[in-house]
Amino acid sequence: MAGYILRRVLGIIPVLLGISLLVFTLIRTIPGDFAIIALGERSTPEQRAALTKRLKLDRPLFLNFEGGNVFDSQYISFITNFVQGDFGDSLKNQRAISKELGERFPATIELSLVSLLIAVVLGVSAGVISAMRRGSWLDASTMLIALLGVSMPIFWLGLMMQYLFGVNLKWLPLSQRLDDELRRTFTPITNMYVLDGLLRGRLDITLNALKHLILPSVALATVPLAIIARMTRSAMLEVLSQDFIRTARAKGLRERTTIIRHGLRNALIPVATVIGLQLGFLLGGAVLTESVFGWPGIGTWLLQGILSRDYFVVQSGVMFVALVFVVVNTIVDISYGFFDPRIQYK
Amino acid sequence: MATTAQPGTDRTDPTVGGLGRKPRSLWSDARRRLFSSTVGRIGMAICSFLIAIAIITPLVKPLDTTLNRDTPNKLRQPSWLMSDEELVTAGEVSGDRTRNDAPWTTFERPFGTDQLGRDLFIRVLHGAPISLTVGMAAVLLSVFFGSLLGLAAGFIGGVFDTVSTWVMDIMLAFPSILLAIALTAISNDPRSFSYALGEKISNMPILGAIFDTPLFNAMIAVAIVEIPIFGRIARAAVISLRGQEYVTAAEALGVKKIRILFRHILPNSLTPILVQMTLSIATAITSVAALGFLGLGAQPPRPEWGSMLSTARDYVGTGQWWYALFPGVAIMLTVLGFNLLGDGLRDALDPRLKA
Repeated sequence: MAGYILRRVLGIIPVLLGISLLVFTLIRTIPGDFAIIALGERSTPEQRAALTKRLKLDRPLFLNFEGGNVFDSQYISFITNFVQGDFGDSLKNQRAISKELGERFPATIELSLVSLLIAVVLGVSAGVISAMRRGSWLDASTMLIALLGVSMPIFWLGLMMQYLFGVNLKWLPLSQRLDDELRRTFTPITNMYVLDGLLRGRLDITLNALKHLILPSVALATVPLAIIARMTRSAMLEVLSQDFIRTARAKGLRERTTIIRHGLRNALIPVATVIGLQLGFLLGGAVLTESVFGWPGIGTWLLQGILSRDYFVVQSGVMFVALVFVVVNTIVDISYGFFDPRIQYK
Repeated sequence: MATTAQPGTDRTDPTVGGLGRKPRSLWSDARRRLFSSTVGRIGMAICSFLIAIAIITPLVKPLDTTLNRDTPNKLRQPSWLMSDEELVTAGEVSGDRTRNDAPWTTFERPFGTDQLGRDLFIRVLHGAPISLTVGMAAVLLSVFFGSLLGLAAGFIGGVFDTVSTWVMDIMLAFPSILLAIALTAISNDPRSFSYALGEKISNMPILGAIFDTPLFNAMIAVAIVEIPIFGRIARAAVISLRGQEYVTAAEALGVKKIRILFRHILPNSLTPILVQMTLSIATAITSVAALGFLGLGAQPPRPEWGSMLSTARDYVGTGQWWYALFPGVAIMLTVLGFNLLGDGLRDALDPRLKA
């Protein structure tokens, strides 16, 4: 087991290295002069040359064969700085990327966690209920809704919910994380506003942040919710037909205990796999959801970075997201052993 | 393929093999299962309906993005929701002189009109050939390159396998929409090969009605992002089939490796590829629409559903819900159709996988 974990953790390194190469190459292939981006159209060629020199972007991209140190290249600097936690500054507004990450990443995490919570709680319950009432109208309609959910373009669902609950019924705010007047009176700690409100003893902040979270998180949760519901149902159906369920019933256990303790626990293993896979979807889906709801998270930031060719934002930002993504996936993989002791690691 | 009965041979004996019926091939069995499953039937119905629309619409009413504007009737709600007076007014103010101010009928503009007074119903219909072609073309590209890569990786093995698996893993470790966005941003440079190709294609007679250059680039980006999915499936199939007895038998007979790969291994790995293809068309259509929504795909006035939503977005806050509703329903219906068809195909081709 320890050997397996070690091998998995070491296995992250080549993947991250590959991702860094891919990101670095991609962002530098996007055409456009970074100096013009940073300094504006009206800058003089001298100014641009000076900036290029200052940011050391006049060095070779991957390996330096022009004499001196072979490793004195842009890519190697990017990697060594990244490993040391130095992410550089944005070309566009000269803000420190680590600072921006510190504000935007918690926003995305807050959104993704709430979405995941909605998807898991509703998805697993819907799946279990469907499996218990197999063939009933409840089962049929749940699965029909799940089917529609899988096929839903989330950016469109977001727009429709904005119209219905924001414009028409005026129940919920259309965008942003907090009402403007509240935002001005409040200094965040972790930048997860729901949590910060509790930490600062400001219940109004927590409630307002939750209100702002409802629409984007439901939109983001829809597809994972549908997938989890379908997966739970089929896993439950398979488990419920097994001998140990019949034994549990035969020895007179209450139906609820049979379903939850004996059925659901065993059905959760494939469901956990699916949940793990959905984490990646949540990060990707965040780009679209954040864009619809003006959510100041990492998705919109990277989108702007790519479109404005902000080299440093994109390479450090994407690397950071990829790092989180790969680490989470590895943890999910390793944790199967705890869910299911039958899994043998080789 | 269905076996053709030859007169005078045992094949005509309906009880051959003790089945009590004619023997059926794998494919005809699968076809029967597909046609008898509800999921498969609904999927096929939706897909055929959409394909029919995609073929008929441009033939009956060729797309004209400039002429059918009716500015006085801009942003009208669906005509079946309008009162009689509104229908009369709409007819009177209409810029269409040939109507002689006749009031609108209840189904004059069933999906309402957009900010230029264009008929959204017609525009949504014209989105069907675009999205279907783009989705299918993207998937064909990724199937071609992906399975080639996967077959080669699984068959050659060694360093080539290690490196290509590494590259595929890296691409899959990326949120796919981010990768597609970055690729689109690269290919939208006039100096890129993809841009030049897209430009050529957008000037061709029939394809030009479907693709503009950014849309073509978005399609290429989506195709590239999906390559590793097919690469993995093909590679897994090769590896699992390589040890099969019929492959060993072919090797023992001295059949050339390349022939074994294409005659024995490829046909037997088609099932998962085919199922994934159908499901991937759905993903590709959503992805291209998402890129269009972000302003990176098709550009207005091309009636691509995603780029229509991108414009419609500005009118959601002011209450013109119908502008965003119908293109989105169209995307959802298409994705649903291909998802159902994919599920049906999977159940039909490989009953063991039945979910």
